[in-house]
Amino acid sequence: MAYSDKVLDHYENPRNVGTLDKNDPNVGTGMVGAPACGDVMKLMIKVNDSGIIEDAKFKTYGCGSAIASSSLVTEWLKGKTIDEAYAIKNSAIAEELALPPVKIHCSVLAEDAIKAAVADIKAKQLAKETA
Amino acid sequence: MTQGYFELFGLDSKFSIDLTTLESNFRKIQSESHPDRFVTANDAEKLKSMQLATLANEAYQTLKKPALRAEYLLKLQGIEAISETNTAMPMDFLMQQMEWREAIDDAKNANDIASLDALLAEMQQEGKVLNTALALFIDDHQDYEAATEATRKLIFIDKVSIDINKVIEQIEN
Repeated sequence: MAYSDKVLDHYENPRNVGTLDKNDPNVGTGMVGAPACGDVMKLMIKVNDSGIIEDAKFKTYGCGSAIASSSLVTEWLKGKTIDEAYAIKNSAIAEELALPPVKIHCSVLAEDAIKAAVADIKAKQLAKETA
Repeated sequence: MTQGYFELFGLDSKFSIDLTTLESNFRKIQSESHPDRFVTANDAEKLKSMQLATLANEAYQTLKKPALRAEYLLKLQGIEAISETNTAMPMDFLMQQMEWREAIDDAKNANDIASLDALLAEMQQEGKVLNTALALFIDDHQDYEAATEATRKLIFIDKVSIDINKVIEQIEN
């Protein structure tokens, strides 16, 4: 199966690979896995006091499409509010990367990773408010 | 053709199966449906034997591998264990996956085959535990919810094993 140029670009030069300090109260972590293929993805976002995502890092163990999907979303996330981030749909990721139908689940994985990271940061903020 | 995979090989629809029976009954069907036996047969018979050979191959490949066998048994219960849109796995399991993946990366960078072998042995142990659990959940307790989670975990463990073997091969060459 041929990968699109955009997938290859992200696969060969992945953006924002790495981790952020998971103990930082402003960092949210999302971890998801795709049982269909055994891929795992970790996405971390750092949110400033105005609720804007300042930084995003990822680590993905999986196929080229999964790596490209997570690399792409780290680029998209920076500068967005967490609510805007939460609204990102897998179809937009799949369209941008021209993923074939068999690889759509990689974009689902990236969308779910964002949602999990946002949920984590919201839980941390809630804990801070009620502390 | 509505015959199930287990019936085809004369096996009970269970997770614990006798692999020797599976193997020998598969070989038997393979030789009985071999094209050489149907050279003088009419088209309908040829087609029928070809369909049987295809079904037997599909069934054998599925039942041979524990994760696929469990997935198939769950499918017979109307459960889609490996949904592409369900990415929720237990957090501690995913953390463990990440740790293993990072350990593989470290060993790869250090050309450390001993560590990779140790990781592979760990995966085999994990696989064994999940196999035992699946027999218990599916055959003894019909606990399909627990079986679904164990099946999904087994697919991840299999994937890690495949990747470790790939890295070992890369280093050895």
